[in-house]
Amino acid sequence: MITILCNGESRRLEREMSVEELLASLGLNPETVVVELDGRILSRPDYAVTKLTEGATLELIRFVGGG
Amino acid sequence: MISVNDLSLPYEPGMRVADVVSRVKPGADVVIVNGFPAPPTTLLADGDRCWLIQRGEVPSAAELAHLLYARHTPGVQAVLQQATVGIMGLGGLGSPLAVALARMGVGHLRLADYDVVEPSNLNRQHYFIDQLGQPKTAALRATLARINPYVAVECIDRRLTEADIPACFAGVDVLAECFDDPGMKAAALRVALRELPRVGYVGSSGVAGYGDNNAIRTQRLRARVYLVGDGESAAQPGQGLMASRVGIAAHHQANQVIRLLLGVDEDA
Repeated sequence: MITILCNGESRRLEREMSVEELLASLGLNPETVVVELDGRILSRPDYAVTKLTEGATLELIRFVGGG
Repeated sequence: MISVNDLSLPYEPGMRVADVVSRVKPGADVVIVNGFPAPPTTLLADGDRCWLIQRGEVPSAAELAHLLYARHTPGVQAVLQQATVGIMGLGGLGSPLAVALARMGVGHLRLADYDVVEPSNLNRQHYFIDQLGQPKTAALRATLARINPYVAVECIDRRLTEADIPACFAGVDVLAECFDDPGMKAAALRVALRELPRVGYVGSSGVAGYGDNNAIRTQRLRARVYLVGDGESAAQPGQGLMASRVGIAAHHQANQVIRLLLGVDEDA
């Protein structure tokens, strides 16, 4: 069990997981989300290979369609 | 002295608008004094600025700039005239945004879209029925030229990708994201944050439907990076894109672009 901070709220995860796995568990399409992990904006390929570890601070910016 | 179009005339007590018209531009139909229309009998005061307009005649770049100075705070126009703004997507957000920026005299616009004008666009986008089938870039360029022919408009008439956004928009002062597709909205912000650190940014998310006006807001994500919308109202069956609410968001974006160009960058 690890704890991360996601958009200012503490969230417990059963295990270390990738950013992409976290987004899937939240029901979010990774294509529509900008991810800042510990102050760094991740590139899209990083989502699958970046592991969330204890104490990670995550900001998710989710987009919806229309313009 | 009285300033009249590009000239200075010595002030004489009792001078009226009609005197200036007969001396400088006898065919003028409309006279603007200090920014407001004035009838021929109006008495002038020393230091007044007059602009004589003949219907159907396009004012010169200098004349138009001076007329815009009169409506905007002094100093604002010089900054806007030097500025370059990029707009990604020329739909319900991007087309009214471009129109607003051209009206305010932003000097350089770089417009990107791959699409053509379709009938369904006319419910909210700034195109005309005689423009159906034209590339949006060309149609909007033509419209902007009818509003302010002195805006330099560059067009990028193809589908943007995350990879080529930096090359297309390096060097703009502010970049506005007006895409429809949520994947491109995310991709644009991601690549702008990573690769365009000196460019101001105004994105968008959540503009569909006819929900609460005031749920549309401008959120500061970080220095010189903003996001406009309610964050939730996706375009989907049962919740279409409508001129009123998309227009609110487009003009939030326009005002935020202007604020960034003028050096204002603060939390609301």
